[in-house]
Amino acid sequence: MKKLVVVGNGMAGVACVEHILKHKPDFDITIFGDETHVNYNRIMLSLVLAGEKSADEIVLNDIDWYRSHSIRARLGVKVARIDRAARLVIDEEGEAAPYDRLILATGSSAFIPPIPGVDKKNVHVFRTLDDTRHLTAKARKGLKVAVIGGGLLGLEAARGLQVRGCDVTVVHLGSSLMDKQLDATGGEYLKRRLEDLGIRVMLPKQTAALTGNGKVEGLRFASGDQIDAELVVIATGIRPNAELARDAGLHVNRGIVVNDFLETSDPAIFAVGECTEHRGQTFGLVAPLFDQARVLAAKITEQPGPAFAAPAPAAKLKIMGVDIYSAGVIDESEPETEVVRYEDPGLGAYKKLLLRNNRLIGMILVGDIEDEHIYMDWMRSAADLSGMRRQLLFPPRGVDTGLSIAEMPDSETICGCNGVRKGDIIQAIHRHGVTTLHQLKERTRASTSCGTCAGTCEKLLRAVAPDFQEETATTLCSCVPFSYERLREIVRGQKLKSVEEVLAVYGNRKGCEVCKPALSYMLDMLWCGEHDEDRSARFINDRVHANIQKDGTFSVVPRMRGGVTTPDELRRIADVAEKYNVPMVKVTGSQRLDLLGVKKSDLPAVWRDLGMASGQAYTKGVRMVKTCVGSEFCRFGTQDSTSAGIELERRLENLFTPHKFKMGVVGCPRNCAEATVKDLGLIGQDGSWQVVVGGAAGKSVRKADLLITVETTEQALEAGELFFQYYRENGNYLERSYDFVERLGIEKIRKETVYAPDEVKRGLLERLARSKALSHDAWLEGAQPFTPTQFVQIQPMQTIEEPQLV
Amino acid sequence: MKGRWIKITEAENIPLREGRPVKLGEVEIAIFNLNGRFLTIENACPHKGGPLCDGIVTGSAVVCPLHGRHFDLETGMPVRASEPACLTVFPTRVENGIVMVNIEAGHRAMDSAAA
Ligand code: SRM
Ligand SMILES: Cc1cc2nc3c(=O)[nH]c(=O)nc-3n(C[C@H](O)[C@H](O)[C@H](O)COP(=O)(O)OP(=O)(O)OC[C@H]3O[C@@H](n4cnc5c(N)ncnc54)[C@H](O)[C@@H]3O)c2cc1C
Ligand code: SF4
Ligand code: FES
Repeated sequence: MKKLVVVGNGMAGVACVEHILKHKPDFDITIFGDETHVNYNRIMLSLVLAGEKSADEIVLNDIDWYRSHSIRARLGVKVARIDRAARLVIDEEGEAAPYDRLILATGSSAFIPPIPGVDKKNVHVFRTLDDTRHLTAKARKGLKVAVIGGGLLGLEAARGLQVRGCDVTVVHLGSSLMDKQLDATGGEYLKRRLEDLGIRVMLPKQTAALTGNGKVEGLRFASGDQIDAELVVIATGIRPNAELARDAGLHVNRGIVVNDFLETSDPAIFAVGECTEHRGQTFGLVAPLFDQARVLAAKITEQPGPAFAAPAPAAKLKIMGVDIYSAGVIDESEPETEVVRYEDPGLGAYKKLLLRNNRLIGMILVGDIEDEHIYMDWMRSAADLSGMRRQLLFPPRGVDTGLSIAEMPDSETICGCNGVRKGDIIQAIHRHGVTTLHQLKERTRASTSCGTCAGTCEKLLRAVAPDFQEETATTLCSCVPFSYERLREIVRGQKLKSVEEVLAVYGNRKGCEVCKPALSYMLDMLWCGEHDEDRSARFINDRVHANIQKDGTFSVVPRMRGGVTTPDELRRIADVAEKYNVPMVKVTGSQRLDLLGVKKSDLPAVWRDLGMASGQAYTKGVRMVKTCVGSEFCRFGTQDSTSAGIELERRLENLFTPHKFKMGVVGCPRNCAEATVKDLGLIGQDGSWQVVVGGAAGKSVRKADLLITVETTEQALEAGELFFQYYRENGNYLERSYDFVERLGIEKIRKETVYAPDEVKRGLLERLARSKALSHDAWLEGAQPFTPTQFVQIQPMQTIEEPQLV
Repeated sequence: MKGRWIKITEAENIPLREGRPVKLGEVEIAIFNLNGRFLTIENACPHKGGPLCDGIVTGSAVVCPLHGRHFDLETGMPVRASEPACLTVFPTRVENGIVMVNIEAGHRAMDSAAA
């Protein structure tokens, strides 16, 4: 067996070994890596820094993979030199390993510019998992961080640290950010967006020295000014790790020089990855390196294979809420280049397309990258766009011009990061019944690295999978541009406990009438009272526990459980109506009474005199349970719907929900209290209850879906509670149950509630019980206001008769 | 500045990022607390008279609770150009913990722009 030695246990080297294994080679393989970790997804370090992924989640090949392929992994071992004559690599301990074929996959290192003071304590680079761990260990709230370098890596480091609460400044030498991928306008849009998120940007700024005594304390600039910094991250570029090859006498320029088949100047030695230089070019992104890995795997196993040609560069910034995509040629000064541009400062969107001979050769997309895959299709296929000129900036979605997904060859790479080809995806769909993007990610790793190809993957799924299911992720709003699910993860993971905090780190620091109440609900639901309540984030109804009306007065709807009242209650309502000159008393559509036109300052007294609890008619929460008379009085009644309804209302009242939540309980299928068009309904039958969910008879009409049929009233109530809590945890703010049930599908909801394993059910019920225990009747605030002026009208300390208005 | 400064109330009576209405003679104003900076506008929304004091604050703007128009609290200008009406703003300051408003020096951006 021939001995194959690989130096470098990184993304390119191991990808190459994976391809070699596919060719069933006759090799005895050893991989040296000076990091102590198994091969991991370096790209994802940005997400580890931001706390979105853990170190375990970014492992690409675990130790079992090495074992099962009989690969000797020498981790934490650095190769010190190569003895080409004896065909040996020698590690730092002096131990030698023989090779027949040697692959150098040493990657690159962070370039540290020769600035005085870079050797001080707390000055870091961002390249490896260990670097990332050092940074996360030091990051804390309020820590002053300076990131030197405003390229992809620097910005991802900056955001990651900022999300951990640090006070971050990016210092960039060039006159605009990401100047390798963007033009000046694009850079300006990016800068504004980052500043909105709370990252300070200083440019053009040349750092002259890092100051401080032993530990870094600040940066001094060539312009004379300075800033404080307790932690500095240097992200000013990378240098190929080529010393090993240079010392061994191989042909090396900036990188290890390779030909189209990744051969070096020694026929027994090959190189792959960021350590290489191919036709004068070095590399900094994985897509071309995975191409190299495939070419080299064929070469070294003596299979027929393609030659390597570097693809057009394409880069995406992986910062949540900052959408940047750049690909191909971006320099418009090249001859015969036409430029098509669009910008909207209000939306923060900028698009620039570069064309030559009616063919797309490059693009810059900022703020709106939704059409990126359409553009990439055009660019890859060199489609003739003469007929599309009017629609270039807003291409029709879903229409493929040029090469359609069907015509794409199976060998074409869809996911550059993970080297997944069209054929692999089709196989996954057919063999493993993949129907969602999520499943495809789990199966093939496609679109799990930078996510750029998600659009193409989705198109393929739509074209090939018989029952493709789209994943709809709507963002909350432009102030905090993340999906609800993502936000729930963030809030939970980062332990954010106030609306202000979420807006400061993940939003534009302002918030609006859309996102503030939504975040307020989310925090309340996730932390069950352990959060910092921000009343100002609530709509007025939820600050004074009544519904605002057209003239600024409020309506008061007391709770009347199950629509059942007493003569005494009715008397009190009548008295209150007279005492406070309530303009109208009305029977509502929800089986209770409404006092309309009450002044804000009268609310506490009205509540006190009523002596009833809030009916929550003003909020996104539990409204009421409508009931019918049921078996106690009705000749058709099969169940005691009135008692069951009152009990249901007692169990859930005072709780908040993504949108209002209305219920109905009826004694038989005649359905007199309209349970089949309520968010939750119980329908009595002889000897059983049907529990139905997601009904509507408001803006839209929808018959509720059957969740389950059970025997006892207690089982029916419990099924209702399970659905209720599940909706509370997974519903998007302002999503009524009828949309929620449609979005998730009743089968999924059944599986995750009534048919879920016992411990899951117990979890839901326990969390519901915890929230319930902390909940209280909002009208108690009448006696103990949240702020001294919650209800009172402020009287000026000084009065004037007739102000002279100018 | 001409006009009288009127003592209104202790600063702590206006909670963070909320507004409170105050009636001064015939005029009703709404005073907002933006992290310790106090700003005052007329309380009635030019659309249909909505009580702006009850609106949600976003940055330095307020959203009318009735139909959601946005107004900048510093200038009284509408945030969206498609809703041209604007509000009177009143000079406001805090002295010894007391919020003071100069009710007679109120001014309306668009009128002065038109003038
Ligand atoms: C008072 C009442 C009308 C009445 O006089 O009967 C009423 C009044 C209002 N409804 Fe209603 N709804 C009332 C029963 C209903 C019902 C009937 C029911 O509950 O069985 C429905 C249809 C069922 C449903 O909820 O879907 C109903 C569907 C709506 C909708 C449409 C919801 C939907 O998604 O389809 C809205 C608008 C919204 O919520 O976005 C709405 C919104 C409103 C608001 C809160 C509008 C607003 O934001 O100011 C009204 C407040 C008026 C006020 O000044 O207080 N109201 N509303 C009823 C109070 C019930 C209670 O005791 O709590
Ligand atoms: C934070 C971060 C984010 C990134 N984001 C993206 C992105 O979004 N998209 C993208 O395309 N690219 C991204 N990259 C770049 C991408 O990670 C690299 O292009 C890729 O990892 C290069 O693979 P490689 O195998 O050539 O080098 P590496 O992955 O660096 O692997 C080389 C390995 O060899 C080891 N080694 C070196 N010398 C020796 C020796 N003498 N003995 C033993 N071992 C040695 C090194 O320690 C290293 O473990 C990112 C990089 C970082 C750091
Ligand atoms: S239907 Fe409801 S929202 Fe419409 S006017 Fe009547 S009470 Fe108001
Ligand atoms: S009254 Fe203010 S927006 Fe209509």
